[in-house]
Amino acid sequence: MCMETLPRYEVSCFPSVLLSHIVVKCVMRLTQYVIIQLGKTKQKERRMKKAVVVLLIALVVLPSAFAAGQADTKEDDKKVVQVFGAFVDEELRRFEEAIVPFEERTGIDVIYEGSKDFETLISVRVEGGNPPDIAALPQPGLMYNFASQGYLVPMWDSLLETVDANYAPVWKDLGSYDGTPYGVFHRVNAKSFVWYPKKAWAREGYEVPTTWDELIALMDKMVANGHTPWSIGIEAGGATGWVGTDWVEDVMLRTAGPEVYDKWVSHEIAFNAPEVREAFEVIGDIWLNPKYVYGGTNTILTQSYTDSPRTMFENPPRSWMHRQGNFVTSFLQDDIQANLEEEVGVFPLPGINDEFGIPILGGGDQFVVFNDRPEVREFMEFLATWESGEIWAKRGGALFPYLNQDLDAYPNEIERSLAESLVNAKVFRFDASDLMPGQVGAGSFWTGIVDWVNGKSLDAMLSDVQKSWPE
Amino acid sequence: MCCAGREVALPAGALVSYSQRGTYMTTIERQGKPTSTLAKLGRIAFSVLVLVGVFFVLWVGFIFLRDSNAPQGIIAIIAIVWGVGGIALLFWVADWVINRTSVTTAKKLQPIIFVGPALLILAWYLFIPTVRSLYLSFFDAQSKNFVGLANYVFAFTDSKMRESFMNNLLWLIIGTGGAVGFGLIIALLADRVKMEKVFKSIIFMPMAISFVGAGVIWRFIYSYKPAGEDQIGLLNAIVTFFGGEPQAWFTMPVWNNIFLIAILVWLQTGYAMVIISSALKGVPSTIIEAGRIDGAGEFRIIRSIIIPFIAPTLITVSTTIIIITLKIFDIVFTMTNGNYGTEVIASMQYKQMFRFYHYGRGSAIAIVLVLAVIPVMWYNLHQFSKREGF
Repeated sequence: MCMETLPRYEVSCFPSVLLSHIVVKCVMRLTQYVIIQLGKTKQKERRMKKAVVVLLIALVVLPSAFAAGQADTKEDDKKVVQVFGAFVDEELRRFEEAIVPFEERTGIDVIYEGSKDFETLISVRVEGGNPPDIAALPQPGLMYNFASQGYLVPMWDSLLETVDANYAPVWKDLGSYDGTPYGVFHRVNAKSFVWYPKKAWAREGYEVPTTWDELIALMDKMVANGHTPWSIGIEAGGATGWVGTDWVEDVMLRTAGPEVYDKWVSHEIAFNAPEVREAFEVIGDIWLNPKYVYGGTNTILTQSYTDSPRTMFENPPRSWMHRQGNFVTSFLQDDIQANLEEEVGVFPLPGINDEFGIPILGGGDQFVVFNDRPEVREFMEFLATWESGEIWAKRGGALFPYLNQDLDAYPNEIERSLAESLVNAKVFRFDASDLMPGQVGAGSFWTGIVDWVNGKSLDAMLSDVQKSWPE
Repeated sequence: MCCAGREVALPAGALVSYSQRGTYMTTIERQGKPTSTLAKLGRIAFSVLVLVGVFFVLWVGFIFLRDSNAPQGIIAIIAIVWGVGGIALLFWVADWVINRTSVTTAKKLQPIIFVGPALLILAWYLFIPTVRSLYLSFFDAQSKNFVGLANYVFAFTDSKMRESFMNNLLWLIIGTGGAVGFGLIIALLADRVKMEKVFKSIIFMPMAISFVGAGVIWRFIYSYKPAGEDQIGLLNAIVTFFGGEPQAWFTMPVWNNIFLIAILVWLQTGYAMVIISSALKGVPSTIIEAGRIDGAGEFRIIRSIIIPFIAPTLITVSTTIIIITLKIFDIVFTMTNGNYGTEVIASMQYKQMFRFYHYGRGSAIAIVLVLAVIPVMWYNLHQFSKREGF
C-alpha cells in the first residue's frame, strides 16, 4: 500500500469531504504505521496473528458467557412497570411511598423516573420507539399530541368505571382527547390561594379580605404602615414566567368569567382581546407599582418562585402576601414547615366580579398508558383510587381530587381546607397556559409576561403573543 | 506473506517498501505455484469466509452490549475492547483480504477500505441528518403538510428571531474580538515576563470548564438580591460595598448580552492566547532585531512585524471562535434562557424544536445556522490545510 495509489482528495467546498479528508489522513497514517510494523518480521506477524485469534475468541466467548449468565436470572425477575414523569426530589420520594401498598399487594415493581427535562425527553423517547409504560404528563397539550398520533392506550372499561365513580366529571374531560378518555389524574394542585404570615398579621391587626376592594384597601393599609404587601418571583429557569401566567388566568376567571376563559384558551377570542387586556391591567396595577411588590419589577423577574414566599417569614417580614398554589408550603423555611398551622395563613384570592364567585384554578399530572400489559393496567386502576393518594396526603404537600377521599387524612387544617375547596369548587378551570399550544402556553405567554414586566408596552406584548398563536 | 526476509534489503519505514513487498510477494507466488481457477475460487471463498466470521464476531459483541445487564464496569471494558479491537480487526482483515487478490485489484480496493468507513460514518451522522433537516424545514409543525418557505419567512421576520440575529452578531463581534484581542495582548505581554508558563497556565485554566459549568459559576457572580438584603453575587457585593445600588444585571437590555459574552471571553481567551503565543515564538528574532536597529519602537514592531507575521494564526483562531459564537447556546440557556432580550439563534432552534415541537421551524433555523457557519468553516479549514496545522 502506498500513497501514490490513492486518489488525491481535491479540496472542494463540500465540508464533509474536507472533514473526511482530515480524518482519513490520520487513519491512513496510523494504519500504515501499524501494517509496516506488522510486516517487519515473520515472528512479529505470527505474534500478531496469535493476538488476533485471542481477541477473536475473547470477543465471542466473553459476551456469550455473560448472556448465558443473564438468561438464568431474567426468569426470576419481578414484573416491572416503568413510570416516567416530571416531578423529582421530594415529590418523587412521596410518590414512591404512596405506591408501596400496591407493590406489596401485587408484587409488581413500579419504577418511577423523574426528569426536569421531561417535556423534551418524553417526546424523544416516544418518537424513538422507546416510550415508558406509563407517563405522567403535566400538560394536557402533550396528551393531545400523543393521543392524536395514536401512541396512547385509551381507557378500558374497568378503569372507566373506577374513574366515573371516583372523580368529578371535569377530571375525565380534562383527560380526554376527541371524546376518548386517556388520562387518570392522581395528585393535583389548586392555585387560587393567597398565603400570609399568620403571626405577623395578628400582630399588625390585618384581616383576611373577602372582596377585591377589601384586598386593595388592605394593600394600601400595609403601604401606609411601611410594609410591602406582595412577594412575587417568576424566575424558574427554562420556565420563567409561568407564575405570571397563573396570575393572569386567576384574574381572567374573576373579571371575565369561565366562559370567556374557555374561549380564550381555545382561541375563539384573540389574545389581545379587551377582556384579556383588562386582566393584565388589573395585575399591572399591583405588579408594576414598586410600593406593592417587594423589590419592584427587578425582583419579580430575578427572584425564583421557590425563594419568593420565604421573604414573608423573615423577621421582620419583607413581604406580607404571596399568591401561589397549594404546593408552596414545601418551599418555606424548615421551622415554618414544622409549625404550618401556627405560622401560615391562607385565603382564596377574592372574587372581582360577583357573578363568578371565587373560581379555583388548578392543574395536575395525568397518567397515560403507552404499553398495554396486565401489570400496567393493574397499576392504572390503583392510581384511580383514593388508596393511591392516602399515604401522600398524610405526609402533606399534595391534594387529591377523589370524591370519596377522607379529608381527615390531610395533616393540617390548611391542606384540609384546600382539598375541601377543590372538591367543592363550583367553577374549576385547568391552568390555561398548559392547555394552550406550546408556542403560546410554554412560549410567548411566558416570555410576554417577562418582557411586559421588563418594560415592554402592554399592547405590543399582547399583539406579539397573538401573532405567535399557531394557525 | 512468505518472503519477509527480502525486506531487510529495502529501506525500512519507507512507504514504498510495503507496496514493493506486495509486488515481490505476488511475483514469487506466481512463479512458485501456478494458480488454477479452483485454487483462485478457494482463495476467494476463504477470504469471504474470514470476513463473514469477523462480522459475525462483531455482531455478537453488539448484541451483547445492547442487551446485557452485566455490571457497568464490565460493559465499559467490553465496549472498549469491542470498539477499538473491532475497528483494528476490521482494518487488518480487510487489508489481509485485499492483499490476497492481484496487485491491480488491491490497488483499486485499498483506498475504499480506508476511506469508506469514514465516509459512511460521515454520511450517516452528518450528511443524511442535514438533508433531512433541509427536507423537514419545508413542512409544518408535525412534518405532515408542505408549507413552502413559510418557516424561513418566520426565521427572518419573527421579532424574537430578529432579536436573535442581532444578538448573535453582537456575540460574533464582541465575543470574538474580546477573546482574540485579550489573547493577543496577554500572549504579547506574557512573552516578556519570567513567569510566563505560570501566567499562561492560569489564564488557560477556564478552558477546562464546560460552558454549562461556566454558566453556573457566573450565575453566582451576577446574582441579584433587592437592596437591603445580603448580596451573594460577587459583582453586586462589590457595587454595594462602594455604596452603589445593587443591579439586576440580567434584566438590563443590551448590556445583559455583554455580560453573557464576557463569560465566553473568559472561557476562550486562554485558547486564543496559547495558539497565538506559540505563533509568537516562531517570529524570527533577526527580523525584530533589524526593526529595532532601524529605530522602530515596541508598538511599531508589534504592528508592522509581529502582527503580519502571525496573521494566519490570528485568522485561524478568529474563525474558530466565530463558529463558537454563531452556535452559542449553553451559556444563554443556563443564564437567562433567552429572556430579557438575550435570545440567540441556537436557543430559538431548541425552543421551537423541543418546547413547541415545531419541527419545521426548528429545522429551518438549523439550516439557517448551518448556512451561516459553512463559509466560516470552509475558510477555517482552507487556512488549516494550507498551513498543515498551527
